[in-house]
Amino acid sequence: MARGVLRWAVMGGHGHGHGHDHDHDDEYSELDPMDVRVRALETLLTEKGYVDPAALDELIDTYQTRIGPRNGARVVARAWVDPEFRDWLRSDATAAIASLDYTGRQGEHMVAVEQTDDTHNMVVCTLCSCYPWPVLGLPPTWYKSAPYRSRVVRDPRGVLAEFGVTPPDGVELRVWDSTAEIRYVVIPQRPEGTEGWSEEQLAELVTRDSMIGVGLPLDPMPLGSGGNPT
Amino acid sequence: MSDVYISHADLGGTTGHGPIEYEPEGIVFHHGWEAKTLALTLAAGASGKWNIDISRRFRETLADYLDLSYYEIWTAGLESLLVDRGMVSEDEIAAGHALIEPVEVRSVLTADRVAAAMAKGSSAERPPSGPARFAMGDRVLTRAGHVDHHTRLPGYATGRVGTVERIHGAHVFPDTNAHDLGEQPQWLYTVVFDATDLWDHATPSQRVSVDAWESYLRPADEAVTP
Repeated sequence: MARGVLRWAVMGGHGHGHGHDHDHDDEYSELDPMDVRVRALETLLTEKGYVDPAALDELIDTYQTRIGPRNGARVVARAWVDPEFRDWLRSDATAAIASLDYTGRQGEHMVAVEQTDDTHNMVVCTLCSCYPWPVLGLPPTWYKSAPYRSRVVRDPRGVLAEFGVTPPDGVELRVWDSTAEIRYVVIPQRPEGTEGWSEEQLAELVTRDSMIGVGLPLDPMPLGSGGNPT
Repeated sequence: MSDVYISHADLGGTTGHGPIEYEPEGIVFHHGWEAKTLALTLAAGASGKWNIDISRRFRETLADYLDLSYYEIWTAGLESLLVDRGMVSEDEIAAGHALIEPVEVRSVLTADRVAAAMAKGSSAERPPSGPARFAMGDRVLTRAGHVDHHTRLPGYATGRVGTVERIHGAHVFPDTNAHDLGEQPQWLYTVVFDATDLWDHATPSQRVSVDAWESYLRPADEAVTP
């Protein structure tokens, strides 16, 4: 299990596209007006006594390195190996997920939806950016941006194709629009060829995208090559 | 609620937003200020001066919502909330420093309480005041037309017939909670629609669901417009 955490944590620090590390305050650029604006707001709220700067650091660390999609991957892997846990996910996902210590903000009311041979589920929040933080962490930018939010409810098959997923004709596409405080996590189908795998190995196959419904689990064959689903 | 209320965030089914710009797993923030804005927003929520529905109202009504990046929306929303709640003044925002005395707040989130606070979250479920009006499998018609306040019924799902698929208990009602009018909890349902009942030229074998509060719904056979 530690392997998955480590990989995710490392990627959290270095996997972004801007070429340098933003983990620390001292790397704020003076040139970006948003840097200046947010730094001013932080100073103001700290001076007023409304926020504790140490709590801000703790919050950032929590969502940058501790709470992310490796949590959800462990939920899925457990569901793949443990039929009782899978039934529990179906009947009370909030409690089942809480048994793995994934609880709290933006995951207070969880529903797990399962991919089957007949149905392919996808999750969106067309109204804002609702996303199950305790199991998936903070949402990726595309999830909370207008192109995905606008199109996935009207053309789910077209959107899926852009993610490289093309379910056979006859598979029903089901989109869950998270318009209330219910948060949805998709349980992908266990890949064939993984008989006898440990829960820890299986979790390595579970991608963030497969738990939103826009991707599939990794192919079990190249496991160990360190490949990322893109 | 007398002014015309416009949400710029109700995007389902709208067009012209360009391609999806994919990013792989592992990218959390693009800039340090994004992380800081998230943290400031979460921390300032401990003030007790607003709730999640109020904060959504302040974000979705930003006139330039569609021109802003996600965390620019959060920054602007937080600034206007803080001013609206009297916690800071416009002059203080401009100065980036405290100029007047702070107001009393419910609590200040300290570092040692962050993990517990995030792990606890904030349930939206409340004891129901009566039985659920609808049962699983009921055909329901959603509210039609625009409402002049924050709401969580997406435009594409207004005035449509769907089927009750799940019943979630009574949940805080955003339409009132977002306007400081109380939680007024209502039964919450997952209502699923055939795509052909939502869109012209829809492909069959596609379905879309929303989570809808009871007052958004009425029995589909009660096809009388008031």
